[in-house]
Amino acid sequence: MSTETTHDDHHGPARGLSRWVFTTNHKDIGTLYLLFSLLMFIVGGAMAMVIRAELFQPGLQFVEPQFFNSMTTMHALIMIFGAVMPGFVGLANWLVPMMIGAPDMALPRMNNWSFWILPFAFTMLLSTLFMDGGAPAGGWTMYPPLVMQTGNAFPFLIFSVHLMGISSIMGAINIVVTIVNMRAPGMTLMKMPLFVWTWLITAYLLIAVMPVLAGSVTMLLTDRYFGTSFFDAAGGGDPVMFQHIFWFFGHPEVYIMILPAFGIVSQIIPTFARKRLFGYSSMVYATSSIAFLSFIVWAHHMFTVGMPLTGELFFMYATMMIAVPTGVKVFNWVSTMWKGSMTFETPMLFAVGFVVMFTIGGFSGLMLAITPVDFQYHDTYFVVAHFHYVLVTGAVFSLMAAAYYWMPKWTGNMYDEKLGKLHFWLSTIFVNVLFFPQHFLGLAGMPRRIPDYSTQFTEFNQISSIGGFAFGLTQLLFVYIVYKTIKGGEKATDRVWEGAEGLEWTLSSPPPYHSFTTAPEVK
Amino acid sequence: MLVTRLKRLLTASGGAALLLGAPGALAEYGLNLPRGVTPISQEAYDMHMLIFWVCVGIAVLVFGVMFYSIVSHRKSKGAVAAQFHESTTVEILWTIVPFLILVGMAVPATKALVSMEDTSNSDLSIKVTGYQWKWGYEYIDDDISFISSLATPHDQIYNENPKGEHYLLEVDNPLVVPVNKKVRLLVTASDVIHSWWVPQLGMKKDAIPGFINSMWIRVEKEGVYRGQCAELCGKDHGFMPIVVVAKNEADYAQWVAEQKSAASADAAAAEREWSMDELMARGEKVYATSCAACHQANGEGIPGAFPALKGSAIATGPVDKHIDVILNGRSGTAMAAFGAQLSDIDIAAVATYERNAWGNDTGDLVQPSAVKAAR
Repeated sequence: MSTETTHDDHHGPARGLSRWVFTTNHKDIGTLYLLFSLLMFIVGGAMAMVIRAELFQPGLQFVEPQFFNSMTTMHALIMIFGAVMPGFVGLANWLVPMMIGAPDMALPRMNNWSFWILPFAFTMLLSTLFMDGGAPAGGWTMYPPLVMQTGNAFPFLIFSVHLMGISSIMGAINIVVTIVNMRAPGMTLMKMPLFVWTWLITAYLLIAVMPVLAGSVTMLLTDRYFGTSFFDAAGGGDPVMFQHIFWFFGHPEVYIMILPAFGIVSQIIPTFARKRLFGYSSMVYATSSIAFLSFIVWAHHMFTVGMPLTGELFFMYATMMIAVPTGVKVFNWVSTMWKGSMTFETPMLFAVGFVVMFTIGGFSGLMLAITPVDFQYHDTYFVVAHFHYVLVTGAVFSLMAAAYYWMPKWTGNMYDEKLGKLHFWLSTIFVNVLFFPQHFLGLAGMPRRIPDYSTQFTEFNQISSIGGFAFGLTQLLFVYIVYKTIKGGEKATDRVWEGAEGLEWTLSSPPPYHSFTTAPEVK
Repeated sequence: MLVTRLKRLLTASGGAALLLGAPGALAEYGLNLPRGVTPISQEAYDMHMLIFWVCVGIAVLVFGVMFYSIVSHRKSKGAVAAQFHESTTVEILWTIVPFLILVGMAVPATKALVSMEDTSNSDLSIKVTGYQWKWGYEYIDDDISFISSLATPHDQIYNENPKGEHYLLEVDNPLVVPVNKKVRLLVTASDVIHSWWVPQLGMKKDAIPGFINSMWIRVEKEGVYRGQCAELCGKDHGFMPIVVVAKNEADYAQWVAEQKSAASADAAAAEREWSMDELMARGEKVYATSCAACHQANGEGIPGAFPALKGSAIATGPVDKHIDVILNGRSGTAMAAFGAQLSDIDIAAVATYERNAWGNDTGDLVQPSAVKAAR
């Protein structure tokens, strides 16, 4: 790499659209990822609004059952692959080079590709809404034989999943290579910020499981078009095998969406507690343990398929074990706050909200791990409540926290603190109105993925829907806050936050186009 | 109407705020798992409450410490940050203590699971088959079999009439089981994956084509218990309920006798010639429960997804081909094989109906004997 730093002026961004299309700059690509993620969050959210509108009352009011199923399927695919994952990759792009003292990502051209595949993948996926037979409606888990009943959308579904997988794998390789090779002198592994650590581990998970997903959907494709019978019982295949393969991808995928969140929260809480993170090394070990365990718990998603008793026992024990390292993390965050000197700006509010509500999702997760009771919980709204606590108040809240925390660094402008706090409180109140009643619905016996329900479930569904509409509207406030911050505002200092530690805060706000052209010395 | 609705809504939100505080008063809204009427469901309920309270205990502790800290360790209150940031002793402690709590949970869970999965020594076996979108029941020892489909009328679902008490949780032919007998259910499916679940009975098993899963229930109280398919199985997943009626031994024996005599009467009826009016009347009913979900009540189907029967080449073409499609389905499409689900009379009736309804006036009359010959 060239160490010429004096020509910086000639290496500024290109002008106009080509800056974004041809960019190999980690910050530009990070921005693209984040804006794309926000767009998909709104598209997926609009689908959730359709779902909650239909479920506001018993009976069919707005949509037909088949379209309802398309909405649940597409909502999940878009939120997981379009909103949460690209959101975290965007953060990694922006932050990893700045946190480890590098000028850019290690593989900048591949970086451009891994982003620009995504708009095509999602255009293709969304186009299925207008096809004969409708959009995929067999659930985001694509279980055969049901998924085989998808109309013309079927190959487009498979191909778009392939594209998302390719994008994720390229992004992950880039992150691993950057972290392993481009750390500034003195930045040993155990000195890396936790956000970098959690992303390093996440990237390995991605590289390990994305090909598994690609393999399983390819098998669906050949079953449908090339006469194989991997999953077709009539041809000697095994429909349950798909579920095993899918969840071997699917469970690590859950941690792909939460480990970077752990990293973000571990950056933010120490800053606003003005106190070092408690138990740094135990955080690293806990993250690694969670990553390891994620590979041996997959069948807890399928306790009801009729596994042998020994299989059920193994997966129950392994799943319960996850509570240990996750507990360690929560205890460490609480200990970091203990005897700190805390202030509660918007990023801290979201981080504290994350810790509380993610833990609630963790508790319901522990309950779900207990196989004999899981037979009751499985495929009910209790599960829906559980994973939305983990993914919305978990992953999405951490993304919000990160946006508020680093936006002043990225744009050079402070966001509007009053609006930020308003956004937090509205989100927190309504997200609980939205998802907490779903625990009761599930326990009382409401299955998930149904467009209509028995009248006994009416009240809690109405409360949930009201919470849903309000939570959805509140997010438009976030869009406005982001817009306002990009446009202008009070100038941010380099360090931004009084208690902020780390290399990214030594750069100017906004940082130079090439982050560290001379490697900083880390002591 | 609106006022009572609002009142109920308010009570329900109050109930949510009280969490599980007053289970009796709020039973109407179903806040918690039902305790159920089988040994399995009661064991599951007890485990559920145990773990729930353990979680509540941990939550009170952790959140208590956290909120105390949030209130007192504020910069605005002059708090100065302490310097400590690690302690191996504490880390080991809070790894081991949760681990021990988990072991404490795993022991009763293992015990419960072992007894739930033990389907040996059953008194009675019933095969349960999931179809898109109904359930088939077959009493293996008694040679009784029937299909159980949703009984809620279309107009209630589309809000043209007020909804009944058991809206979406009512069927035409419920599963009948004797009380205090160990009933083994052999669960499978013919098309896609379904899942058989009645919350009061405490167990859920996936119905998977090509697999036979087994589970057992011992209902300890006479009554009617309602559940639903729990695995997404396509368009009408939300419309395939399960109703189980548990009867005492004498009533159950009587029910079995009735079913058997009805079956032999049906067999006799299949032998005779049927009139157009008889076939059309029966065919209309069969069409409504077995065909209308896809092909629609007006026979026009859903363009792009399910073909129309009105004026179609099958319903107005050769009779043999038409019977063949109904009996054996069409591979690679959502059209199921109805040969195993419907009797000769039902297939004859529905074929006749399809060939003469919606202006398909072919005038063809399909007799049960013709279906029997085509099987």
